[in-house]
Order: sequence, then C-alpha cells, then structure tokens
Amino acid sequence: MLNNSFRFTPHITLEFKIEEKDFFIASESASRIKKTLQQLGIKQDIIKRTAIIIYEAAMNVAIHAIHGALKVYVDPEVISVVTEDVGPGIENVELAMKEGYSTAPQEIREMGFGAGMGLPNIKQCSDELVIDTKIGEGTTLKAKIYLNKNHE
Amino acid sequence: MTEYFHSVRLDFEKCKGCTNCIKRCPMEAIRVHEGKATIMQERCIDCGECIRACPNHAKISVTDTLDILNDYKYRIALPAPSFFAQFKEVENVECVLHALLNIGFDDVFEVALAAEVVGFLIHQYIKDNKIKKPVFSSACPAVLRLMQIKYPDLLEQVAPVLTPMEVAARMAKEDAMKKTGLSYEDIGAFFISPCPAKVTEMRNPMNTKHSAVNGVIGVSLIYKDIIKQILAIKSKKNEDYEKLHKATGLGMAWGYVTGESKNVDMGKALAVSGIHNVISLLEEIERGELKDVDFFELQACTGGCVGGPLNIHNLFVGRVRLRELIKKCGIQAPYYTDKQLIDLYKRAHFEATEPIKPKTIMHLDEDMSQAILKLEQVDKIASELPGLDCGACGSPNCRALAEDIVRGVAFETDCVIKLREKVKTLAEEILDLARIVPPSMGDSSKKIEEK
Repeated sequence: MLNNSFRFTPHITLEFKIEEKDFFIASESASRIKKTLQQLGIKQDIIKRTAIIIYEAAMNVAIHAIHGALKVYVDPEVISVVTEDVGPGIENVELAMKEGYSTAPQEIREMGFGAGMGLPNIKQCSDELVIDTKIGEGTTLKAKIYLNKNHE
Repeated sequence: MTEYFHSVRLDFEKCKGCTNCIKRCPMEAIRVHEGKATIMQERCIDCGECIRACPNHAKISVTDTLDILNDYKYRIALPAPSFFAQFKEVENVECVLHALLNIGFDDVFEVALAAEVVGFLIHQYIKDNKIKKPVFSSACPAVLRLMQIKYPDLLEQVAPVLTPMEVAARMAKEDAMKKTGLSYEDIGAFFISPCPAKVTEMRNPMNTKHSAVNGVIGVSLIYKDIIKQILAIKSKKNEDYEKLHKATGLGMAWGYVTGESKNVDMGKALAVSGIHNVISLLEEIERGELKDVDFFELQACTGGCVGGPLNIHNLFVGRVRLRELIKKCGIQAPYYTDKQLIDLYKRAHFEATEPIKPKTIMHLDEDMSQAILKLEQVDKIASELPGLDCGACGSPNCRALAEDIVRGVAFETDCVIKLREKVKTLAEEILDLARIVPPSMGDSSKKIEEK
C-alpha cells in the first residue's frame, strides 16, 4: 500500500491569472486548455464539458471578483478546475445555483454576460462541485470531471 | 485511392522555402524543412489559405483537366454560382452557359438550381425539427473537414443534406438519362470549381458513399476559352439560342456568404466567412454560446465561394457582379414547383447516407499517461524557446516547434536564436581554452609579483 501511494501519476497543471473585468481571459484559457486536452487524446464530450466549466468559472471571477486565478489539473483519471478569487463572495449559494438568478451589474448584462447561467452550467457539466465562499473575502470553486465515468 | 487525397499541393520547383504559408495555415499543417514546404496530409483541410499566402505561387490546387471529358459519351458542366461573377462582359447567365457548351460540354446544369433544392430541404429539416439545433450548413467541405478534426462533437448538427454540387450532378444525370437514353455510366458530370476542397470532396466524399461528380475542373483552367466563346456568341447577336438558364436569384445568391441563409430562410441565421473567423465562432459555439441561433452558414473563404482561391477576380469585384446577376435572375420564376420540392424532401432523395466521422489526429500519444509526459516536455521546451514565433525554424510558432521536437521531427537547434546561444557558449569556451597557455610559456612577471 505504501508503495502504491508513492506511485507517480503523470499529470499536468495549467494556470491563468484573472484580473477584474478581463472578459477575454475566460475564452482564451478555455481554448488553450481545449487544445491541450485534444493533444492528450481526451474524449470530445469531456473536453466540451471542461471548456464550459473553465469559461463560466473564469467569467464569474472576471465579472464579480477583484482578481483571482484559474488552475486546471489533469491526470489520466480526473480533470479538476479550480478558481480562487478575492472578491465579494456569494451571499446565497443555493440561489446562485438557480438558472436565471444573477447578481451581475446592469452594465455587464448589457454586454451580454451575467445571464445567471454560469453556476447552473458548471454544475451540469461537472461530476463534483464544491464552492467555498466567505462574504467580503472571496470564493473558491472546485469542479471535478472523471475521465472514466459516465456523466449523467 | 490513398487515405489522404488532397487537391492543395506544393509546386516543388517554385517553393523558395519562405515561411509565409506556415503562419497562415489554420491547422498548423505546414512545415518548411530543407528549404521546401511540406504539407502534413492528415491535417490539411484544403481551405486554400496557403495558396493565397504564397508569394511565389508554389501552392497549387490540382484539379481535373478537360481531357477527362473524353471518357464519357455525354458530358454535363456544373458551373458554380460564383463562376458567373468572373466575367466583365456578361449581362446574362445564358451567354456563359452557351460558352460552356461551345468548349466541349453537351449540356449544362446550374449548381445554383440545385442549391435552391438544398436550401428548401434544409428549411424543411429545421422546420420539422429533424436535426438538433443549431443546424450547420453542409455546403463548405473545408469547414466540415475542420470540424472533423477540431470540433467533432458538433458534427451531428450538420444538415444531413448533400452539397449543391452533389445534388446538381445527380439531378443533371437523371435528366440526361431521360433525354438521351444513355446509361448512368456513360454520362459524366463536371463541376466548374472555385474551390480546391471540392476536388478532395469528390474523391473522398464525407456524407455519401460515392460522389456522382466525375470530375472537378478549376475555373482558371477554362477561363480563357470561355471568354473567347462569350465574345463569339455576343458577335452573333441575332441567333436564337435554346434557353438553358433556370436558376433564380435565390440560388445564385449562394455564391456569396449569407446567400445560403437567405435561401434556407428558417429562424435566426448567422453567416460567417473566412476560415479564421469560422474557427473563433466555432470556439464560441462549442462553449455552448449562441444558443439562440437556428442555422449557421460557415464558409472557409472570405466572402464565400466568390472568394474561392481558383476564381479569377477579386472577391469584392465578384460580389458586385454577382449582386447584379442575382437581381436579374430574381425576375425568373422558380423552376421547381413547391410540390416537386416537397416530393423530393419526402423521398429523402438527396439525404446524406454516411455520418461525417470525427478524426482524432491532434493527440501526442495513444496512451494518455505518455501523452501527459510528452506534453510536459513540450511545455518545458516551449518555455525555453525565445517566444518570437518567427518561423525561421520551419514550424509556425515556438510552441509548434516544441511539439515537433517531442514528436521527433525537429531539433532544438532548428531555432536560430537557440543555435546562436549555443555558438556563443561554444565560442566563449574556445576563447577560454585559447587563453590557457602551457606552463613553460607562463608569464614570469606574475610569478614575481605573487612572491
């Protein structure tokens, strides 16, 4: 067992910084990671789900937080997407999970973002989702996708 | 037939080994090694970007020639809608159609007419909710090949209808069999093409088993002859000609981007042209955006088919001419009645019979653990490269060079900056060595000082 726990698992970590109102980084990082996953030979539906999670999660940071970071970890078993931000936090996570519920400011909605679909989309695409948030401090979102599991 | 037939190829003699094409290729499919460009066959989608980019005209599109006509008893020309926009002196489509007969064809069938049928069929498919929305046009083979490689999960949303070229060939042959009593094999259908990807599509069709098209002839190959014939026809004004022109403005409009959307006329349509624009749009679509769009018309060439690399004239000039022709054809009543079209739809006569299959060619290794290790190597190498993306190594950018090194087809010293560093280190070492003198020749004054 000891041996096993020390077994080296090949993995890859990708990191991106997200600044406030940087709406390009979300699509850029999603495209970059998509290319990486294609090079790893990962199945297309998983790539698609991962790209959606990355885009939506990074967009949330850009829209709501002051700054933050996106980390994507990939090994042959699992992809995990983590965003950490310094920002206002989410007041009511349950409510934020509802389709169409949005706290995005009017000008962001005018830009076509903040339709209240971000978190519901992320939830739908991930196998596991943990949101850790502190009001006035920030939010950490961890989403996992298992590579060898059927996603409902 | 090899697995990878491509119309777009290299003219070895003309290639000067510059790096213009490698930077423009949307698939990163070209490398320059030993002074010549090579196209990676499995990646090429025949979009023709490199044909436009090459200042030495070393990228060419191989099409059929008129010699192929000799293999058939009855030969039908299938001119693309954009073909008619290539002539300055043309007031009507009829003139061009007769010119085609004069250069050796027995009959003509306008692809624009088939396009009207295809437009109607796609309209019905969307209306009857037969395909998952949004629906993608199946007309541009370069875009479909791009989707096979980079956006495979969108393939199931491609309209299951044959291309206008394919439909034109089938309708033309059916008509000809009735008219002449000849058998299917004796009749040849030849697409007059602005597009290299159509040549590839005829050889290796994506959504049907066998193409009904027997040859694809590049516009530039017959252009001069057609001009001559047009002038001859125009000089004999009084002669009466059989009316050949049947397409309306709706079909002719397919020659320019947005034309297909207008013809399909179903819900909200979005038309985009230019392969790089198409790629950025597909990225958005794949992320699940633009859900409110019903139909995507995506075309690899800027401006649509009128901007095809085998066309003669500037796409904007072509567009203006096409617009005028569309106006003129607009007066014409549709050739096929709604009843005939509905009948075609019900018989699923021009439905795709083969699913368009994804192509997985981008991965670094079959085994994922190995692929991860290789990717780590790529990242490491890429981080040590200068990041100039100059292309002097023959790969399109530093990252692509890193990938090529890991794939074992390039070396770190292919990078001129890296090579320069290496030479510098080496030179310094040599200099250091040169400064070391044998003890017997040492500087005696130093020794005295030390004491």
